[in-house]
Amino acid sequence: MTHGHYDCLIVGAGHAGAQAAISLRQSGFEGSVCLLGDEPVAPYERPALSKEYLAGKKEFARLLLRPAEFWPEHDVTLSPGRRVTAVEAEAHTVTCADATTIGYGALVWCAGGTPRTLHCPGHGLDGIHAIRDKADCDRLIAALPHSRRIVVIGGGYVGLEAAAVLSGLGKQVVVIEALDRVLARVAAEPLSRFYEAEHRAHGVELRLGTSVAEIVGRDGAVSGVRLAEGTVVAAEQVIVGIGIEPVVEPLLAAGAQAAPGGAGVLVDDLCRTTLADVYAAGDCAVARSGPGIRIESRHNATEQADTAAKAISGRPEPLRLVPLFWSNQYDLRLQTVGLSHGHDRTVLRGDPGSRSFSLVYLKDGAVAALDCVNTARDYLQGRRLVEAGTRVDPALLADARTPLKDMAESA
Amino acid sequence: MHITVRTRDGDAHPVEARTGLSLMQNIRNAGVDELEAICGGSLSCATCHVYVDSLPPGAELSPMSQDEEELLDACDDLTENSRLSCQLVFGPALDGMRVTIAPEY
Ligand SMILES: Cc1cc2nc3c(=O)[nH]c(=O)nc-3n(C[C@H](O)[C@H](O)[C@H](O)COP(=O)(O)OP(=O)(O)OC[C@H]3O[C@@H](n4cnc5c(N)ncnc54)[C@H](O)[C@@H]3O)c2cc1C
Ligand code: FES
Repeated sequence: MTHGHYDCLIVGAGHAGAQAAISLRQSGFEGSVCLLGDEPVAPYERPALSKEYLAGKKEFARLLLRPAEFWPEHDVTLSPGRRVTAVEAEAHTVTCADATTIGYGALVWCAGGTPRTLHCPGHGLDGIHAIRDKADCDRLIAALPHSRRIVVIGGGYVGLEAAAVLSGLGKQVVVIEALDRVLARVAAEPLSRFYEAEHRAHGVELRLGTSVAEIVGRDGAVSGVRLAEGTVVAAEQVIVGIGIEPVVEPLLAAGAQAAPGGAGVLVDDLCRTTLADVYAAGDCAVARSGPGIRIESRHNATEQADTAAKAISGRPEPLRLVPLFWSNQYDLRLQTVGLSHGHDRTVLRGDPGSRSFSLVYLKDGAVAALDCVNTARDYLQGRRLVEAGTRVDPALLADARTPLKDMAESA
Repeated sequence: MHITVRTRDGDAHPVEARTGLSLMQNIRNAGVDELEAICGGSLSCATCHVYVDSLPPGAELSPMSQDEEELLDACDDLTENSRLSCQLVFGPALDGMRVTIAPEY
């Protein structure tokens, strides 16, 4: 038995899901639309969780992507607190955890990712946190008043942002990273070393090249983290920031083609999966035309969702994405454009010691990406070089006095 | 309360505005989608750039933070009326203000 049918059903009410609904209406889609998600709240700014929200600088109401009335005013049925457990591709239905079945004309899968968890002894103790959704963040915030020492496992952007906020709140923070530098998966060494120095200067202790052997506890609650070499770092709370696993199981079980290595569900440049009438967007999707990795950013989620919505509305526009990302730590604003993945050379523009510099990534001589720290001008001007794949002489790129916009093809 | 938003095609749209939300949020909520606001108000993208054409008599805008100034400064189409709309919190004093969306970057 089905409990309703929608011309377009969107599963996952995060950044991609919300944008899919908005773009459907903007592109004139007149059918019924349901935006269903397992969080109990309306869609909100997820990047703020490890920034303004954790810091207590922005209350939740200001993080809503749209005010509550927006959805009914645009004839979008918001269905929070519901989780899809299976997709029946032939029948064009989904089944939810509450045993209801919903029919769809088109399905947009925007279920994002779920945080990777620890598997070492002690992983089930109280006081171990992820920062993926509002509920995670609220639990962490509630524990802060009675916590002085916090261990962050994983030196990626989310972990480092949390470390910056928590040290700003006066907590003693230790970051543990298995690789020999922070941000190793997303940035080149000069950027890693710069952020390591900043965190140390702010009193954050970094333990690099060390893995976690055990979470130790007392009376069921965390009391510390035992490192592989034996030392125990005392802590009242542990934050685990070791990346996400894409939520795609129901789609793959229904027969959708997966990206190699379990990276997500494969989509084409209209964000179609290999199942008829099933689209995917955001952190769970991997573009067939790209380098085979997930691009976990707000911008990618909204662009992919917009692409899916336009295709569903009969106005297909293939996506050509130039990724954008940012990270705020302390008073440092990092802005990233392009994909550094697969670069063969980096060029430093400016002096990291001045706390304002950029790192340019080249691939086959062309500008592939930039990481810009407190250099908005390089970010905005460099975006054009990345979009055009301009080949610039590395010596010229390294000259921070020459604006990037004056750099034409020269290599 | 309302504001008037001139889009890039030159059309002026009266838009309802709510106290406590940013100008960017108000413009976006009204369905003006050419205001990209890629970073969602995090002062990291400059795609919420607007020109403030006029204010109601006596009204004043909140001063710019150094971060806003630096990001605007990097924009090609900077004028003396430029602001990042995610940094302006709307309130009754701004009822009737007029803005124009800056050209795409
Ligand atoms: C703490 C943090 C900081 C970040 N900072 C930045 C940043 O500074 N800049 C940036 O560009 N990006 C940042 N990101 C990444 C960005 O938030 C994500 O890339 C973006 O949210 C992806 O959107 P999405 O819609 O694919 O997934 P999500 O926004 O995660 O939405 C997925 C939704 O689907 C729900 N869901 C999952 N499974 C099901 C199911 N089976 N049924 C129903 N609902 C389901 C989830 O609960 C969630 O609400 C950050 C992420 C985090 C967690
Ligand atoms: S929305 Fe990005 S700077 Fe205003």
